[in-house]
Amino acid sequence: MDLSFVAIQALSGLASASSLFITACGLTLVFGVTRIVNFAHGSLYMVGAFTAATLVPWLLEFSFGPVSFWAGILLSAMIVGLLGVVIEVLLLRRIYGAPELFQLLATFGVVLVLQDLVVQVFGPQDILGPRAPGLRAPVEILGRRFPSYELVLIAAGPVVLGAVWWLLRRTRFGILVRAATQDRDMVAALGVNQALLFTGTLFLGAFLAGLGGALQIPRVAANTGMDLSIIAECFVVTVVGGMGSVPGAFLAALIIGQLQAFGILIFPKSTLIVVFLLMALVLAVRPSGFFGRPEILASGHAVGIVSRRPTPYGRMLAAIVLACLAALPLLGDAYLLKVATEILVFALFAFSLQLLIGVGGLVSFGHAAFFGLGAYGSALAVRWLGAPMEAALPAGLVLSGLGAALIGAFVVRLSGIYLAMMTLAAAQILYAVAFQWVEVTGGDNGIVGIWPSAWAAPRDAYYWLTLILTAATVFVLTRVIDSPFGYTLRAARDSESRAEAIGIAVRQQRWLAFVLAGAAAGIAGSLYAFSRGSVDPSLLGIPTSVDALTMLLLGGIQTIAGPLVGSAVLHTMRDQVMPVTALWRLVLGSSIIAMVLIFPRGLVGTIRYWREDRA
Amino acid sequence: MAMMSMTRRLILGLALATAAPAAWAQTAPIKIGELNSYAKWAAFTVPYRDGWRMALDEINAKGGVLGRKIEVLSRDDGSTTGDTTRVADELVTREGVSLLFGSFLSNIGVAMADYANQKKIVYIAAEPLTDAITMAQGNPYTYRIRPNNFMQVGMLVEQAKASGAKRWAIVAPNYEYGQSAAEVFKRLIKERVPGAEIVAEQYPALGKIEAGATVSALEQAKPDGIFNVTFGPDLTQFVREGNTRGLFEKKTVLSLLTGEPEWLLPLKDEVPEGWTVTGYPWDEITDPKHRAFIEAYRARYNDTPRLGSLLGYMVMYMIRDTIERAGSTDTAAIMKALEDAKFDTVAGPVTMRGIDNQSSMGAWVGKLKLKGAAGGMSDWKYIDGTTYMPTEAQVKAVRKD
Repeated sequence: MDLSFVAIQALSGLASASSLFITACGLTLVFGVTRIVNFAHGSLYMVGAFTAATLVPWLLEFSFGPVSFWAGILLSAMIVGLLGVVIEVLLLRRIYGAPELFQLLATFGVVLVLQDLVVQVFGPQDILGPRAPGLRAPVEILGRRFPSYELVLIAAGPVVLGAVWWLLRRTRFGILVRAATQDRDMVAALGVNQALLFTGTLFLGAFLAGLGGALQIPRVAANTGMDLSIIAECFVVTVVGGMGSVPGAFLAALIIGQLQAFGILIFPKSTLIVVFLLMALVLAVRPSGFFGRPEILASGHAVGIVSRRPTPYGRMLAAIVLACLAALPLLGDAYLLKVATEILVFALFAFSLQLLIGVGGLVSFGHAAFFGLGAYGSALAVRWLGAPMEAALPAGLVLSGLGAALIGAFVVRLSGIYLAMMTLAAAQILYAVAFQWVEVTGGDNGIVGIWPSAWAAPRDAYYWLTLILTAATVFVLTRVIDSPFGYTLRAARDSESRAEAIGIAVRQQRWLAFVLAGAAAGIAGSLYAFSRGSVDPSLLGIPTSVDALTMLLLGGIQTIAGPLVGSAVLHTMRDQVMPVTALWRLVLGSSIIAMVLIFPRGLVGTIRYWREDRA
Repeated sequence: MAMMSMTRRLILGLALATAAPAAWAQTAPIKIGELNSYAKWAAFTVPYRDGWRMALDEINAKGGVLGRKIEVLSRDDGSTTGDTTRVADELVTREGVSLLFGSFLSNIGVAMADYANQKKIVYIAAEPLTDAITMAQGNPYTYRIRPNNFMQVGMLVEQAKASGAKRWAIVAPNYEYGQSAAEVFKRLIKERVPGAEIVAEQYPALGKIEAGATVSALEQAKPDGIFNVTFGPDLTQFVREGNTRGLFEKKTVLSLLTGEPEWLLPLKDEVPEGWTVTGYPWDEITDPKHRAFIEAYRARYNDTPRLGSLLGYMVMYMIRDTIERAGSTDTAAIMKALEDAKFDTVAGPVTMRGIDNQSSMGAWVGKLKLKGAAGGMSDWKYIDGTTYMPTEAQVKAVRKD
């Protein structure tokens, strides 16, 4: 490996780092002020790229030259900034008071809506933007050619860093942003117009996302997959740098850029994994990232299941529902049974997450890790050991339980948003392993041919099997929630310091909760694998984790029945909408947003609230 | 009298009412299920849908097949293997479709083949190219139309012999299609070009290429030939970086599918001239039957055809012919009708080989050339697939049925 090659590779890394920083910087600013983890940030980046790739060639028609090119880039970023304002005014403004998770869910609704809107507005084709006038020719560096546009990109990162630094340090707006990042309530108490401040921050954040996207057009074709791939990297950058810290984001982006540029040489097939390994490593050593401050634990903010006493009325209802479900195969609709089986699986998946979030107050963004481990555990047992279903199901349970024990050991040391991001990192690492360890996991193809044993192969038999396992696991988990262990978790959720003061080993108890929830999700994953005959890495992906969150929040995190109802509603909706319209993401996303706005406590939670309100 | 007529009317009505469903069943449309990645891979799949819709309208305007119209129920497959099998299951169990066709990505095609085998329903894989669908994972229920990786790579390697390139670098997306193509290439280049060696391999994740780093890593190995399998957004980035850094200069480049308009158009005027590719030079095709299709397509959609358009159009007609020959929509009858079946398509005669259910459709092989503001193909010829198919012994060695 000669010197010139190393230099070129490092420069490539710097160019990637710059564009990554510009985008991530917006995310970290928005989080600092509004405390919203904006999933839609990646979508804004994508809109920026599409807008620029359409707008810039149009401007170049009028007058060809660097001026129109760079004006087009800035204009596109402005348009995206305005889009950010629209999102803030119409949606985010209404949910600042809602639990953090709801905000996350709402922004994910925006992701879905924008995915379809982009195709509608810009067409299905990927659009490659024009090259920058005057920067078409490469420059020679140490005898190798290097694109001159990338040199501009390398410079753009520090320029943006400087501009943001000036804005934050030298303007009144910046002072307010920094103040709000430190203590939002105090800023409000001092009479600052919060609405304006938040709108301004959202504009800035969206502008930076748009700028990041627009700057990409000469090197990357604007395409519909950009949003989720950049948002995962942005999360890593903001978390590694410390949430809300702009210099931290810069440093993190630099490191990640170099890791990617050189990682490709050492592990040409493991490019995805290095980034998330870095995040896990940094969080294990520095629980708040490079420059982040430990989160001030807001007391009394946690929402979830409170003390409850099972009523005979509730038990009767559960028995009736169970009887109805058991009688479902009598209807004889084969496809209905298939959907019902999947609903049961997802209900169990969401319910296992309830133990972590609703009871333990541990917000996990990566619950798909355990679902996927369960599914892969079973599939690998079938594929490599030739195990029958009876042996493969427990194999999934064991693998997910072990995985949860390992991941949990790292996770319980953290808190708040860092905890959530660590779970996300764990899930993404597993995703990358499943995706890129092709020899064992089959990579993107996954593993096919995972069908149930003969006795369980008929649809009604498999449905009953799923029903029995789901009902039994939910029953056990309900008992756990009502047990002293469940109360211990709630105590730690409501006040960690008081719980520790009365002698509860908080970390240990939370770790146990992780193992339990992981194992339960693993059962769901195994059942899912056999119901559809295959596994693939998407089971471990971000959308799967979001699915579980959506179902849980839709139903309501304060109730036992919430996740069960939520999964039934969401999956039925998806099943009904997908065949009818090509715009199903738009419909689904708008429904999620509408439900967040109308039922801020979730479906079951809201119904109960109304009832209690009347009483 | 009034009474009589009343009774008679009632009887008549009753008779009609009971007879109606039987009569209706005779004329009810034949339902066919179709699923594809319309949202994620729109560049290929939307023209493909336009193609089969055009054929479908033509067929139904002429009265359909077996006296019944054809109804295609089309769905998005969500681009994951899990969603695909669920959507397929909905089409089969709820809608009761007679057969399934479609799919774009190779890994989805493999999952669909497995599904078809499990549920014993005919599945026609139009596009997925991995050899696995008709070789190692092949089954009696799965048929494929496009020439597979083995055939297309075989045609390209044939062209490479004359170039004298010995040091080869491979860049391929890291999933079923890319892995399969790279593996075939490694085998064939060593078999057919004495002294050839592989000096570098890059496997970026599909849709996530780090183009700059990939290009300089390839450059570092100093190859004199490059075999490219990337397509879509990955390809555009790879080509632009490669052009800027001079990666392709004085090198032989073989590239799968790059001559297809769906991947060529986004490159605009940055087409890497001189690459040897498989593709679809629709603008230079003169065969009258094929030309008629191209003109009709352009008139109807006010757009130029892609390879997907042609494929969709062909598949629909092949399905029509199959059902007509089968005389029913029964799975066994359809499978019998497909056995070694010969079809007269717009692209020429095609045979569905019985031993591995792989059609003999060929490919257009030529060199990339800039034509005005966009790329096209020159020095091309249509190579029939028959002679490039895996031999019967090769098929028998890996197929499990």
